[in-house]
Amino acid sequence: MPKRKIRVLIAKPGLDGHDRGAKVIARALRDAGMEVIYTGIRQTPEAIVATAVQEDVDVVGMSILSGAHLELFPIVMEGLKNKGKADTLVVAGGIIPEEDIPAMRQMGIKEIFSPGTPTSDIVEYIRRESAAT
Amino acid sequence: MASSSKQEWRKSTLAPILERFSERQGKFETTSGIELDTVYVPEDLADFDYASQLGYPGEYPFTRGVQPNMYRGRLWTIREYAGFGTAEDTNARYKKLLAEGQTGLSVAFHLPTQIGYDSDHPLARGEVGKVGVAIDTLRDMEILFQDIPLDKVSTSMTINATAAILLAMYIALGRKQGVEAARLNGTVQNDTLKDYIARGTYIFPPRPSMRLITDIISYCAKNVPRWNSVSISGYHIREAGSTAVQEIAFTLANGIAYVQAAIDAGLDVDSFAPRLSFFLNSHINFFEEVAKFRAARRLWARIMRERFGAKDERSCMLRFHTQTAGVSLVAQQPLNNIIRAALQALAATMGGTQSLHTDSYDEAYATPSEDAVTIAVRTQQVIGYESGIPDVVDPLGGSYYIEYLTDRIERGASEYIARIDDLGGAVAGIEEGFQQREIQDASYKYQMMIEQGKQTIVGVNKFVSGYSKIANMLRFDPEVERKQKERLAQVKQERDSARVKRALERLADVARSDENTLPSLLECVEAYATVGEMTDTLREVFGTQREFLSF
Repeated sequence: MPKRKIRVLIAKPGLDGHDRGAKVIARALRDAGMEVIYTGIRQTPEAIVATAVQEDVDVVGMSILSGAHLELFPIVMEGLKNKGKADTLVVAGGIIPEEDIPAMRQMGIKEIFSPGTPTSDIVEYIRRESAAT
Repeated sequence: MASSSKQEWRKSTLAPILERFSERQGKFETTSGIELDTVYVPEDLADFDYASQLGYPGEYPFTRGVQPNMYRGRLWTIREYAGFGTAEDTNARYKKLLAEGQTGLSVAFHLPTQIGYDSDHPLARGEVGKVGVAIDTLRDMEILFQDIPLDKVSTSMTINATAAILLAMYIALGRKQGVEAARLNGTVQNDTLKDYIARGTYIFPPRPSMRLITDIISYCAKNVPRWNSVSISGYHIREAGSTAVQEIAFTLANGIAYVQAAIDAGLDVDSFAPRLSFFLNSHINFFEEVAKFRAARRLWARIMRERFGAKDERSCMLRFHTQTAGVSLVAQQPLNNIIRAALQALAATMGGTQSLHTDSYDEAYATPSEDAVTIAVRTQQVIGYESGIPDVVDPLGGSYYIEYLTDRIERGASEYIARIDDLGGAVAGIEEGFQQREIQDASYKYQMMIEQGKQTIVGVNKFVSGYSKIANMLRFDPEVERKQKERLAQVKQERDSARVKRALERLADVARSDENTLPSLLECVEAYATVGEMTDTLREVFGTQREFLSF
């Protein structure tokens, strides 16, 4: 039986409209053969969880440049857990101070990609990590 | 022997070299895909006519600059975009920037203010005082400008969907300080079309947005004559991934839409056009950027005179603020970002900018620290005061290469504008996602060029090495949100709530009519109505806009 395609939700929590990175990554993942759903900008954490559940995704990638990551990401992580989606691979990117990274890993975010990361690295990472689970 | 034509030189002198040594790249092109020849010579500018293409500085079509002597009179305004935390925090930063020699202020508002939510709104969680200062009521503005007399500074406010509200607050603050509206200097961005295309902080659908924009243009023309009523912005379009040509094309197409809307509202073009200003990006491809600024000036001058029949020369002047390209900053080896900003600042000053923001090296990680901002300001001061660069107007003018590129960019942008005209104008283009799609394609192409090594980013895809972490990053005070909500609650308690209610009801009535909204917004802000209350009132009447095209 052919293995199902990796399903990825690219999400934009927070109020910022900087969607260049999210869109470029969404397209790169799609070109790499994944099923990609992109939420559009200004999504609440609750809406992101609901979409992740509804679309039954394997991966959630969150892009945020507003600085609200430490407030909004825990709500997403908690929501995924409560909906029985704790095994979702969650990664993040955007404008994120290095000092915040340990706290983000603590809450279960597996990788944080900083500005300048090639999309090929992200594709490779998602393939490897989703295969491992 | 000396060649008598480029063709002959190519054959006799260049070709033998190319046979022996290959060049660094198969072909050379700018970020807009303009292919570059080895060298530019007079015959590349065969149709070139000095008087009509360039002219003298301070004269139509202003290719060489909007002032006759440019920076010999006064340097560009050093204007660093700043705002974070509470009004007190930002007020302290402004005073420091003014003490450092900055000559104009540029207010960054936090996202809830930009999208019309108060700090206690559920959607504001985690956003209060981030990316900008939290402003909920006139009280916050009073603190933001404490000890800064409004008749002594010029203030640029990056505010769009809620621009009319913040402008009303600034005018009200002026009244409190005893500075009448006619003496206020500054800018509101007030450019919602580019928010639909790129920046994302729109609230209402395009039609009511255009009405609010026109209200501001009209109100300023009559009451705040030194105020720049719109800052037509290519900056965010470029940041979203457009090419240089698209940046100019989409920006000027938005400008055309605003001018047309104001004319349709009954204004004479020369009564408001001199107060339209622009905001452009300075990216990393140096000569393309210099040429872009020059092409933008010439193209706008022609549009204003030929399309709109402007008589006043000032209506034809494209005056602009520049910011270096935030998107060119990378997290890897972050000190290199200082050099990127310096090159981009150089392009902006050689391109004749009126004011400039240089990005800070730590911005791939966070809002810049004070130390990083100081280096950004010093970068401009080295260019302005040490290098001799500002001593002659348009120093690259007349370079065969620069003039060739200027022509090419102008032509490319004109072609795009014609396509947008065919679609029915900028708003129609946005509604069907034309500009957004063009930008997405360009941004993806650029990213792929980086990944394929066709576009080098030092420290990212070439010369990769370890780097040390940035010290002294700006940290947010977690108390900001609590403090701000407390102040908001206090203002709400102290104000005359019956007066607020009346003012908001009046605003709703005005919004439903075709009266100008500014006077009723002034009544609201002076009654200490909140940004959220005023925006909600307008949302009731105007409705809200969903994202046009996402992916």
